[in-house]
Amino acid sequence: MKKLVIMMSLALVIGACGNKKENENRETAALIGSISIDGSGTVFPVSEAVAEEFLKVNSQVKVTVGESGTGGGFKKFGTGVTDISAASRDIKDKESELCKENGIDYVRLTIALDGISVVVNKENTWAKTMTVEELKKLWEPNSTVKKWSDIRKEWPKEEIHLYGPNTSHGTYDFFTEVIMGESGASRTDYNAVSDYNVAVQGIEKDTYALGYFGLSYYEENKEKLGVVGIDSGKGAVLPSIETVASNEYAPLSRSLYIFVNKKSAQRPEVKSFIDFYLNNAPQLSKEVGYVPMPQSGYEEQKATFSKVSVK
Amino acid sequence: MNNLKKNRYKDQAFKALGVLFTFFGILILAILIYNILRVGFTRINWDFLTGLPSRKPEQAGIYTAIIGTLDLMLLTIIFAIPIGVGAGIYLEEYSKKSRLSSLLEINISNLAGVPSIIYGLLGLGIFVRYFNFGGSILSGSLTLSLLILPIIIVATREAIKAVPPSLKEASFALGASKWQTIRSVVLPSSFGGITTGIILSLSRAIGETAPLIVVGAMAYVPFVPHSLFDTFSVLPMQIFNWTTRPQQGFAVAASAAIIILLLITFVMNGIAVYFRNKWQKKLQ
Repeated sequence: MKKLVIMMSLALVIGACGNKKENENRETAALIGSISIDGSGTVFPVSEAVAEEFLKVNSQVKVTVGESGTGGGFKKFGTGVTDISAASRDIKDKESELCKENGIDYVRLTIALDGISVVVNKENTWAKTMTVEELKKLWEPNSTVKKWSDIRKEWPKEEIHLYGPNTSHGTYDFFTEVIMGESGASRTDYNAVSDYNVAVQGIEKDTYALGYFGLSYYEENKEKLGVVGIDSGKGAVLPSIETVASNEYAPLSRSLYIFVNKKSAQRPEVKSFIDFYLNNAPQLSKEVGYVPMPQSGYEEQKATFSKVSVK
Repeated sequence: MNNLKKNRYKDQAFKALGVLFTFFGILILAILIYNILRVGFTRINWDFLTGLPSRKPEQAGIYTAIIGTLDLMLLTIIFAIPIGVGAGIYLEEYSKKSRLSSLLEINISNLAGVPSIIYGLLGLGIFVRYFNFGGSILSGSLTLSLLILPIIIVATREAIKAVPPSLKEASFALGASKWQTIRSVVLPSSFGGITTGIILSLSRAIGETAPLIVVGAMAYVPFVPHSLFDTFSVLPMQIFNWTTRPQQGFAVAASAAIIILLLITFVMNGIAVYFRNKWQKKLQ
């Protein structure tokens, strides 16, 4: 027990020394400080990649990235706990009201694009394309679709098994918003997963399964899964890096965002981090499985950010 | 004679059934461990243990998560053991049988069964928000301490209950005070039971993810906590993060991290079992 106490006090002393050093260095050269990011698990890999590279250049800045989900992230962001909140959908009214209540002003930056893929089993030879109406009929609240043949008569008279994200995911909010027209409106008798790999495994082993999740999960499991082309009236389009980037894959293409607290943006380390983020997002987002915007898109984001950050 | 044979036969059958049940649990554990070792064992190397988290699965390491887990456990031990054991001693030795004490007893037993996420929310409300400790390692360890306190209290009480009254009475007969009796008779002879309870509770705490996510453990923390108020990550958090990633390489890294977590648990239990046996020998 004595040893424990000594170790603890040592840890505290070391901690205290660390802080002192930080303060001394503040006026001199390199960037110092801490930046806390939380929010969407979908955006997490991008932020992680950016933080990893940023740390190589600015080893004194402590960047932490959490993944409480888009909604969970905004709860922290809205009370001023985090500097940056990642989101796989836009901020909701309720969430921006929370920010306003706590006097938090923010700027929204788009950092990459992503597609939602509608995925089926490899053995599924019938569902090559679906229309947005069919998706709506399938996923709407109290949907009457029980069998594949309820969607199209010629499809098998077999029960359909559905997989999708649970309600804490931004992907769920986005999908329900664009397909049903109302965020959160979904049938509830499906396998709601918190981990998309569970959905991948479920669909892989079940001939009559269908599910939806981010494009990167399909891309990584291409050889195990089939994908459904989405027809929004202009012919069916398969999701891919190209069709998402060109927005042909509509309406299931979405933007990934980071929301930056304007007050935090006044801190030099945060400004430097965001600049770094926008400069490296095209390459890093691609590396972790997302779709970069065209370069002009990033220039726009930089312009937006330079208006609110410290000069 | 016939009856005797029958009973023997029944006895044998029950024994076989018991063996079967015993091995059922172990078999499942063995399958799990085999699977994890098969996938993750080759991934463990020095770089993995000392590396920082990374977007590249083959470069990702668990240094900060290991240190976070160890720090968190250390702090949890410091907070939970004195309070838990102290409360256990009080309830068993000092408190009079009254309405209040039985109410306390029932509540503590109930607390041991509350889902861990509830403790996370409690920790978020009290430590993170009210005391303003933020999503720090201090908040995390205090929350985990709350989580395991009921288990330690119940175990302490059971262990003290098992001390033969004759020992205590002998001590009193020699003129020892209550505290002297507790210190030199009750605690030494119940030490084994108390440590077992503590081991069990810590083994539960080390694998917890849900309450820590709520309190604010981060998935990407590229530095080791230097003070009580630093942000932290823990192994289960890192494992959870990796298992949800699309790239197969992260599943391998997650398996490797699970092996390390199991190893830490085994070592921790081993140390405690060692101390317990040593102590018991000394007593005899």
